[in-house]
Amino acid sequence: MSEGKTFKIAVGPVHPALKEPVQLNCEIEGEQVKHVDIELSQVHRSIEWIGTRRNPVQVVFLAEKICGICNICHTLCFCEAVESIAGIEVPARAHYIRTIAAELERIHSHILWAGVAAHELGFDSVMHYTWKLREKVLDTTEYLTGNRIGKAIVTIGGTKRDIEEKQFGKIREACNYYRQNFSRLRDIFLKDPIIKARARDIGILRRDDALSLCAVGPTARASGVKKDVRQDEAYAAYPDLDVKAITPKELLGEIRGDVYDRIAVRLLEVLQSVELIEKCLKQMPEGKIAYESKLAKVLSDVKQLKGEAIGRHEAPRGEVFHYLKMVGEETPYSWKVRAPTYNNILSWIPMLKGAQIADIPIVAASIDPCMSCTNRAAIADGKELGNEKLHRLSVEKTRSLKKGPGSERGNCN
Amino acid sequence: MNLKALNKSLWAFHFNSGSCNGCDIEIIAALTPRYDVERFGIKLVGTPRHADILLLTGPVAMDMKEKLERVYAQMPSPKAVMLIGNCGNSGDVFYESYSLVGPADRIIPVDVYVPGCPPRPEAIIHGVVKVWQKLEKEAKK
Ligand code: SF4
Repeated sequence: MSEGKTFKIAVGPVHPALKEPVQLNCEIEGEQVKHVDIELSQVHRSIEWIGTRRNPVQVVFLAEKICGICNICHTLCFCEAVESIAGIEVPARAHYIRTIAAELERIHSHILWAGVAAHELGFDSVMHYTWKLREKVLDTTEYLTGNRIGKAIVTIGGTKRDIEEKQFGKIREACNYYRQNFSRLRDIFLKDPIIKARARDIGILRRDDALSLCAVGPTARASGVKKDVRQDEAYAAYPDLDVKAITPKELLGEIRGDVYDRIAVRLLEVLQSVELIEKCLKQMPEGKIAYESKLAKVLSDVKQLKGEAIGRHEAPRGEVFHYLKMVGEETPYSWKVRAPTYNNILSWIPMLKGAQIADIPIVAASIDPCMSCTNRAAIADGKELGNEKLHRLSVEKTRSLKKGPGSERGNCN
Repeated sequence: MNLKALNKSLWAFHFNSGSCNGCDIEIIAALTPRYDVERFGIKLVGTPRHADILLLTGPVAMDMKEKLERVYAQMPSPKAVMLIGNCGNSGDVFYESYSLVGPADRIIPVDVYVPGCPPRPEAIIHGVVKVWQKLEKEAKK
């Protein structure tokens, strides 16, 4: 092969290394990735648009279906936004229940990710091991909320279910289980020479890149950016819990911003979540779990709101941000969801430049991408313009222009 | 249809047509040690060309329609399709969306429907058993 000749390979949208549809167009020279382009929009579901045709109580259910892995974070953000427009005061106990649910979700999500990362490295036995560990947190979630995945516990003005004193035992048991298994997990992921060889100094995101690309969550923290909504702008019960953003320095003594660091941060966060849950159980105040238990009353309170507000939450993958505007109608005027992968996905470009083809799956997985939250589409005249359609329209316009003046100019939308 | 080809373990290909991940992680949960369908030889494969069943999740986004048809066409016959999750079955909360073309059975033939949002791993395993029974019945004909 002559020097400097590059090839293009497309990874995705349906590809065994990707858990969700997304397309990575890589330009490669030999084994080396020279440039990456990312194509989104394959699985756009128009959730925000549907949200503007339903009342806020119904949107809570819709928000939960944005992401199956972190559904507390979307319902929580949306409810926070509605509450702040309506001036609803959430009872302190509900804040604690929300926090416990959110931290259980983080444990589940991070362990799930560890399994996926192991799978991407070709280490399937570790994947099976981590997913076995994960079942414990799912059992606890099911015990508390009635479901393994769709937790449906957060509602406008509080929570739907209480966590009672007699249930604390099972939660503590789960916390102990993860404490006991933590060292094993740490040894597998951080001491194993093969994982080290595959993850150390691979997919580096420098601190300044992380800052300029607005990376969030563990991806940013692994590059040394100490940002965490729970610390910077504490909400729910977090002001009482004193959360500190975790960087790999605490465990490894240095920050390199590579895949290995991202593994370390997520592992430490599992332990952090366990501690937070234990603290919550200790400090949980008595009281109501929602400002109003009758859904019809809640609905009448939030139906004709006027104003705009935001909701923020530190999801397992980083900051989730919801913007909501109500203009005195039953349905929201505008609802915008910005999920963490939307920020983090651009960091694929500096991470993958110069990487080997074989590293694409693990580097791509290392930001823990979640496409279902991220997919966007361009809309014109109420119609969706996916990438293909947009391109087709553009080609049509050029063609019609080429035909010369007087032909269908301006007739192609 | 030569169903003798299927009297061994079923291999599955998982296709995400725009799901929220809820169903996808329950599929993986069904494969991993707690539920462990791998003990029956059922496993996920990396390409539709090796697969006997298609595990389809999600409400089929517009962009994924053509890809779904292509993946289905790439699977060798005899093949079966298992549709997992409410949103692929009926549209569920997304029924009025402008960018979805589901329910999935309008696009490719579906053999077994597994409702639930998401269905529990037990329900998914039950669905696999249904696929098996269906194929056996057809083989006897
Ligand atoms: S059925 Fe529910 S859990 Fe499954 S993909 Fe659809 S919305 Fe997600």
